[in-house]
Amino acid sequence: MNTKGKVFKYPDNVDTDVIIPARYLNTSDANELTKHCMEDIDPEFINNVKKGDVMVAGWNFGCGSSREHAPLVIKTAGTGCVIAKSFARIFYRNSINIGLPILECPEAADAINAGDEVEVNFDTGVITDITTSKTFQAQPFPEFIQNIISKGGLLASLKEDK
Amino acid sequence: MGMTLTQKILASHAGLDSVKPGQLINAKLDLVLGNDITTPVAINELNKNDISSVFDKDRIAIVLDHFVPNKDIKAAEQSKQCREFACSHCISHFYDVGKMGIEHALLPEQGVVTAGDCIIGADSHTCTYGALGAFSTGVGSTDMAAGMATGQAWFKVPSAIKFELKNSLNKNCSGKDVILTIIGMIGVDGALYKSMEFTGEGVKSLSMDDRLCICNMAIEAGAKNGIFPVDQTTLNYLNGRSERQPVIFEADADAEYEKVIEIDLSKIVPTVSCPHLPENTHPADELEDIKIDQVVIGSCTNGRMEDMETAYRILKGKKVADSVRCIIIPATMNIMRECSERGYITAFIDAGAVVSTPTCGPCLGGYMGILAKGERCISTTNRNFVGRMGHVESEVYLASPATAAASALTGHITCPKED
Repeated sequence: MNTKGKVFKYPDNVDTDVIIPARYLNTSDANELTKHCMEDIDPEFINNVKKGDVMVAGWNFGCGSSREHAPLVIKTAGTGCVIAKSFARIFYRNSINIGLPILECPEAADAINAGDEVEVNFDTGVITDITTSKTFQAQPFPEFIQNIISKGGLLASLKEDK
Repeated sequence: MGMTLTQKILASHAGLDSVKPGQLINAKLDLVLGNDITTPVAINELNKNDISSVFDKDRIAIVLDHFVPNKDIKAAEQSKQCREFACSHCISHFYDVGKMGIEHALLPEQGVVTAGDCIIGADSHTCTYGALGAFSTGVGSTDMAAGMATGQAWFKVPSAIKFELKNSLNKNCSGKDVILTIIGMIGVDGALYKSMEFTGEGVKSLSMDDRLCICNMAIEAGAKNGIFPVDQTTLNYLNGRSERQPVIFEADADAEYEKVIEIDLSKIVPTVSCPHLPENTHPADELEDIKIDQVVIGSCTNGRMEDMETAYRILKGKKVADSVRCIIIPATMNIMRECSERGYITAFIDAGAVVSTPTCGPCLGGYMGILAKGERCISTTNRNFVGRMGHVESEVYLASPATAAASALTGHITCPKED
């Protein structure tokens, strides 16, 4: 599995309130919610993002609320992968459960610039910045997480186990 | 190697003699929780995967609290979806308007959660119940759905930071000042993936409401859970209220901690978190030139009876500053009733405050106190992120009920007096 696209770059401590403001959480419709993805930190994101693009951020990405709507809107917007120095734990868990690929890689998060063309291989954890010709090695998902993702999310994996 | 309190509870619920940090386990759940925002997503997930039954109708709690009484048509549709699901599965702990309260104040009050429990909730502040000596953590809606279907969840066993509390708080301080001080000290990811275990001789001086407030904000330091040992205060609280028999676990004497941090409660001062991160803390008395437009006293962090008592003690017989809107939200109907019987509500109204039925409303910028561009609010809630309570250029200052109430009277951030 891999993704290739343009980089949107964000700082440390991007919280779930800026990813999807609570004022829009009166619906669980993913397409409706996605119109407001990143609205309070980057209003142009949703107009510019293309399928396969990559978010690159600092420490503690996705901190705050447990709202699964946050990884859901990032995924629905077309984002192929989020690379951060670290992720808040509920966001990390939610991303796996809904099948949004995420990788922790501080070196890549420092070196990759906004607008760079990046390719990410989820199986090997190799991140390639095509624009600068640099490569980075992130820890690929452990086996049990690959199992959840390959089966299409936590509930689908439960169904298969039965 | 010995186990921490959290590890002991997790090992027991996984049917294992011992666990170690980093180990992946499958644990049995005593309770699965959701609210009116997260439950609809979980129901959608169950439907999508053709899962039509729940593991135990008595071990699921669904609390409508974020946008109720319904703030708009879409919110009403979400409440309705939860209501129909609860009805069709005969969920015994379903709390609708009239019975509901803010989930993390309500479930301990009603005895639905107890010592020794292993709990997941699709709300990040589910970590609150650690105050009762339970393992309790926030998850997303898919985990909630899986929990409702199977009664189990996978966990990575966390390591822990031990907070050794000593002495006791000054009169103008409360649990909120303790947890804000700690978050200021270790940062918003200072306990990422870890347990925050509170222990030491200072624990006995903290009331149950203080402990619930402290564990509530463990997530604001990135923690998986916060937890207190069970003592006489816990047992007195659980006695006559807990639906199930409390189970008391204790950390092993030789448990390993990543770090031990000593907190002298007597040195804690009234503390305020400035925009836009909870770690941005300052002593309240250094911020007194900051004017405010709104005060909110309530939420799952500080809407409990002691918080109402504090607000009453400071506001009774006084007037909220003309330039300030003061919104007080008792967290449950029982607390609201008690405030009414004790005359607090009359006193709040006479002081120029408004009193709302329980709701999470303003805390997350839902409704009932949204801020305009450039406005400032001092709030007893738990997050002060960009746009959290309204406009992206509004500001939220997090504080204790005492600091918030004192500030309501003056119109600027005010350090509460020691009286």
